[in-house]
Amino acid sequence: MSQGVAVAGLYVRDQDEALSFYVEKLGFGVHTDARNGDYRWLTVQHPDQPGFQLGLFKPQPPTVDAATAQTLDEIVAKGAMPPLVFMVADCRAAYEAMRARGVEFTQEPIARFGSVDASFRDPSGNGWKMIEERT
Amino acid sequence: MTQDPRLLRRLLRAKDRMDAASHEEWPVPRLAAVSGISEAHFARSFKQAFGLPPHRYLLTRRIERAAALLRDTDLSVTDIAFQTGWNSLGTFGRIFRDIKGESPSELRARSKAVPHALERVPHCFVSAAHRPDLNIAVSEKRRLDAAANGAGPSKKEVP
Repeated sequence: MSQGVAVAGLYVRDQDEALSFYVEKLGFGVHTDARNGDYRWLTVQHPDQPGFQLGLFKPQPPTVDAATAQTLDEIVAKGAMPPLVFMVADCRAAYEAMRARGVEFTQEPIARFGSVDASFRDPSGNGWKMIEERT
Repeated sequence: MTQDPRLLRRLLRAKDRMDAASHEEWPVPRLAAVSGISEAHFARSFKQAFGLPPHRYLLTRRIERAAALLRDTDLSVTDIAFQTGWNSLGTFGRIFRDIKGESPSELRARSKAVPHALERVPHCFVSAAHRPDLNIAVSEKRRLDAAANGAGPSKKEVP
């Protein structure tokens, strides 16, 4: 597929920390890691989703001014960023595996509405709902 | 007024824990321990970060959950009160009415009459949207409602 959303990004407080979380704990691969001075364009990709990159971006000058960067870091840390949904084939198995790798879950798997869902956060505070695909 | 993002992230952990188990008791010492900060610092920082004190946040979560159970299940009001963390049915009914403006059974009757259009929205987001916006203390809301209805003692004060 050549049309559609190619990159959507998250704000993270520390790109090294985020990279290690999404790659080592969630199983994403690095797509692009390009630095230009202090700026770092960093995207990761889910192995089943080659057409989409998840950006892990740090709010920082000169993209935004320092005060705005601080505000954005605060908003993320308060869990106030928009909802994210991560689909998995088996929610309970994914929960066990991810928890063993140190992922901070905020809700254990619950079976409801014909599926199973759980919730976790990344180190910055971005909140993910993990939902089992309905078969 | 800025707050350290690392502190906010730890405060968020306490908020997440209340979300996950709002039926449990969450006194400040327990919450402060989850966040790894002192009790005095916790209460002040939480309110600054999230706009309301932790005990009031917990109330909104309990009422939200009770309202969802009233809408989505056939559990009795008594069962719902105890499942959502209230020790007394009377307190539950009173605070529920103070916050939602109607009794638990009134809300149940009304929400069962209205078809749901939110089946395609993941559950957690639906419950967040239904969370009461408790921006003042329950006692203050009660006082204001009483004054507005002319039912409270304030009526007598009007010349």
